[in-house]
This record gives sequence, C-alpha cells and structure tokens, in this order.
Amino acid sequence: MSTLNLRWELADGATIVRRNLTYLRHAPGMLAVIVMAPVAMVVMFGYVFGSAIVVPGNANYREYLIPGLFGMVAVNLIPMMVTMARDVDQGFVDRYRTLPMGRAAVPFGMTGSQIVLGALSLALMALCGLAVGWRIHNGWGRALAGFGLLLLFQYAMSWVGVYLGLVVGREETASQLSALVFPVSMVSNAFVPTAGMPAWLRVVADWNPVSAVVAACRDLFGNLHAPVTADASWPVAHPIAATLAWSVGLLLVFVPLAVRRYHRTNR
Amino acid sequence: MIVMDGVHKRFGKVQALWGFDLAVPAGTVCGVLGPNGAGKTTAMRVLATLLKPDAGSASVAGFDVTRQADQVRRSIGLAGQHAAVDERLTGRENLLMFGRLHHLGGRAARARADDLLARFDLTDAADRLVGKYSGGMRRRLDVVASLITSPPVLFLDEPTTGLDPHSRNAIWTSVRDLVAAGTTVLLTTQYLDEADHLADDIVVIDSGCAIASGTPDALKAQIGARLDVVVAQPSALATAKTVLADLPAAASGAEPATDADQRLVSVPVAADAISLTEVVRALDAAGVVAEDVALRRPTLDEVFLRLTGRELEGSRA
Repeated sequence: MSTLNLRWELADGATIVRRNLTYLRHAPGMLAVIVMAPVAMVVMFGYVFGSAIVVPGNANYREYLIPGLFGMVAVNLIPMMVTMARDVDQGFVDRYRTLPMGRAAVPFGMTGSQIVLGALSLALMALCGLAVGWRIHNGWGRALAGFGLLLLFQYAMSWVGVYLGLVVGREETASQLSALVFPVSMVSNAFVPTAGMPAWLRVVADWNPVSAVVAACRDLFGNLHAPVTADASWPVAHPIAATLAWSVGLLLVFVPLAVRRYHRTNR
Repeated sequence: MIVMDGVHKRFGKVQALWGFDLAVPAGTVCGVLGPNGAGKTTAMRVLATLLKPDAGSASVAGFDVTRQADQVRRSIGLAGQHAAVDERLTGRENLLMFGRLHHLGGRAARARADDLLARFDLTDAADRLVGKYSGGMRRRLDVVASLITSPPVLFLDEPTTGLDPHSRNAIWTSVRDLVAAGTTVLLTTQYLDEADHLADDIVVIDSGCAIASGTPDALKAQIGARLDVVVAQPSALATAKTVLADLPAAASGAEPATDADQRLVSVPVAADAISLTEVVRALDAAGVVAEDVALRRPTLDEVFLRLTGRELEGSRA
C-alpha cells in the first residue's frame, strides 16, 4: 500500500490547490456564478417578498436576511461536488491515482482550494450586504469570529461535497443535484423566523445546521434575530456551539469517508 | 517487464478477468485486442494500480502492483481514454502540474515541459486552454503528460480511438520513437491495423481470458490464406466450386463459398502448399474462364473474427 509521507501530502495538496485556483485566473466569471444565487436572493427576498414579510420589531428585513444568505453561501457544497465529480468523470482522478502522490493529497487539496474560493464568495456576499444596508453592530472581534465560523462550516460542507462528488462521479448528475441546496437553505431560519412554521417543520428547521450557522452569525454580527423562547431546542438556544458541533461532526465523518472513497473510485 | 499471472477480477456479477495471463518483455510493444467489454481495460487498470485483482498476481518493472504500488507508479505512464488532461488549464500548466506531482523540481519540470511540447509539436498551443484544442492535439498532450518522467513502461489505452488519420499517424510515430529509445509499451486497441502496425506481440482477449497470442504474422498464419477466383460467366460458378474443392491445397473438408453477385468463389487454403499455376490449369481443364485468381493473406480482422467467433459459438453450445 502507499506509504504516508507528510512532505509529499502537503506539497501535492498545494499543487491541487494551485490548480483549482488557476481556473479562477482563466475564468474569473466563475466567482460571479457562485454568488449569483445569493445576489438574486437579495433582490428577490430583500425587495420583492421582503416588502410583505414582517419581522419581529418591524425592523428592516434586509438586516435579518443577509446573515441568512451568508448561511446559504456557506452550505453550498455544489461547486465542490461538481468539480470533484467532473474530475472523476473526465478520468482525472484515475491519472492522479497512477502518480506517486500523497494518499490524501487530492481531497485535501480540493477542499483547501475551497477555503480560498469560499472566503472570496463570502467577501462578495458581504459587499452585497453592505450595499443594501446590512451592518456589523458588535465590533470587529465578534464579526471576525462570525466569519471564522462561516468558513469552518463551509470547509466542513466542502468535505461533504468532495465525498458526494466522488460517489456521484458524473458532472451532469452533480449539477442536477444543485436544486437540492435551495430547499435545504429554505427550511431554516435563513429567510423567515421558524416560529410561524407548522410544528413538525419547525423541528426540522431548528435542527437544520443552516439555522445554527445563521443564528450564530446574527448573534455575532449583532443583527436582528427572533427572540429565543424558554422552550427552544438546544441548537436554537446555543447556535455557536451547535455550529461548531455540526462542523466538527461533519469533518469527523466525511474526511475519512472521502479519503477512503477516493482510493476506491471506479467507473 | 510486465507480467500478469492468472489474474481474476469480478465486478458484482460480471467476471471481467478470468485467469488472464500476460508477459511483455522489456523494450517491446504488446497489443491487447478485444471487443468492448472483453476485459482489456480492466487488465490495464490492474497494471496501473487503479484496481486490485481478486486473485492472481501482476507486476510491472519487477514491482508487485498491490504490495509495491508506489514503486509501480514511479515506473509507469498512463494515457488514453482513462487518463485525462485538464481542459480548464493551458497545455503548459497541465504539464507543469504533472511535473510537480511527480516531484520534479520547478526548474526541471519547466525544462521537461518545454522539451516535450517541442517534440510533440505543441509549442505554439502551449499557452492556450486545452478546452480549445482539437481532438488530436488533446490526445497528443495526453500522451505527453504520461511521459513527464520518461517512464520505462507506458500504458496506452485506446490512444487513437476517434482520431483523424493525421493525428493517428503522429501518435504512432511517437510510440515507435519511444520504443526505439527503450520504452516498453502496452497498448489496448479496437483497431486491428493499429496492433498490426505497432505491436511486436498481440494478445487477443475475450470474456476475460487470453484466447490467442503471438506475433501478428504468427496469428495470421494460424488461419492460413484464402484463394479467390472470379469467373467470367455466372454459369461457371458451380464448376469452379467443384474444381476448388478438389484442389490438394484446399483445407480438408472446407466448403468453397460462392458469391453470385461478384461471380466469386473462395476457399481457405494452406498458403505454402498452393501453386496458382496449378489452379489456373485445373480451372482451364474444367472449361472455366477465370477473370481473376488471387491468393489472399488473411487480415488481422479475419483472424480476430475467427478467434472471437469460435469463442462465441463455444459459449452458446
């Protein structure tokens, strides 16, 4: 079996990161595609539906909405899944696996590049938010903690994306699955408070990791959020801890799964 | 240099390899021929360390493909339908990336890339995105990518499938050059003329087994030659058929085949035992006017059809 050599793992991982970031240089439009959906959401929800949505305290709905869109960007594992599936589809993974590369270099490199791309798309989303009146109210320290949490969650989701991409193995199928991200982000507190949802749906929404990360952001950025009632479920009462737990849990499950799957990929 | 010994590989209910044997001496080209699904790609993937065999053993350059996968990977290059180049990078970026993944230093990787791009006539396209390459250029880059470290063993998986004749010739020429420089090549192909042109030895694979092997000439000799006679008058076909069946060189028990539209009678014969003069004399004696009498060496296509056809009949019984 392959031997583990930390130096090559790092060097090869860095090569993969470099490769994925080179795409950006050839096709900077790629970044626009990543933020297109959230920007459309700003318009659609911030201005179209938002005009009829009443949030607690009769405050500016966009103040409530923007952390929700951060959550939506962070949970979006589709770009990662599509890139990975495409590499399987086109025989790239096969070529990698015939090279004397580090064992885990490819999945680590893939997710590593996603940290950079993810940070860029969060930054673009923040600029969008600032343009429509979203502000940070609790100081830069907490705001950075908020972005750190978003990046951690996004990184964990990118491992889910790599795993699913390896399993799906076809670029087309992976792209079609992107429709699933939308409902996952919708059934949460991202767009409306969960209090008004039917009881069963509310349970799903409250335990949705998107809700945890969004509530944590609202907390840390000092943005408007629904009041936490005494009977609230654990993730609603402790959104920061819940986000950390979700992220660590996803990493613990999907890092080994993805690395194993990478070595067994077969078409 | 490349050895497979009784390799079995099963995917669910499909037995892809069933005791497959292969031995390729250093510095030669071995062509693995077979219909789709015969197991040739599976064999190549086992050798390229992409698949673990269920049973049997395989080694490349003296290293076992399962126990010494890393050493095998340092000795091989893989190109063809199962190893791709990245269309979202330029040709040069692709080669530099593979150079780095082979742990060449930055400068060595750059020099090697420039050298290979020049040798394969890709220098002008080096800084264009591979997505904009023609099929032939892309395949050339693919072969180039597998040559970054000058591996002693090269696997080419259907390297010219779907290519225009010009690109195909370019790839054939480069394969010959590599072999002249000492590289051992294993090639899978559906094209018999490709195997005929390039391979020193051919292994015919069907249903996961090697059903025949040898040099292209030896395989052709196995099924012998064919005598074709075109008669002037359709009415003479029956007489010509009798004459050919009675030839001493005709394969015993062989029934000559006739084609009324082409006014053609043909019969399998032993190539070394026949004399065309004798045939013409025999036809003349029977009053048959022949327009054309020709002795045809079999093409590899015919060898292949005969071999795999027999196999298919056997499995139907």
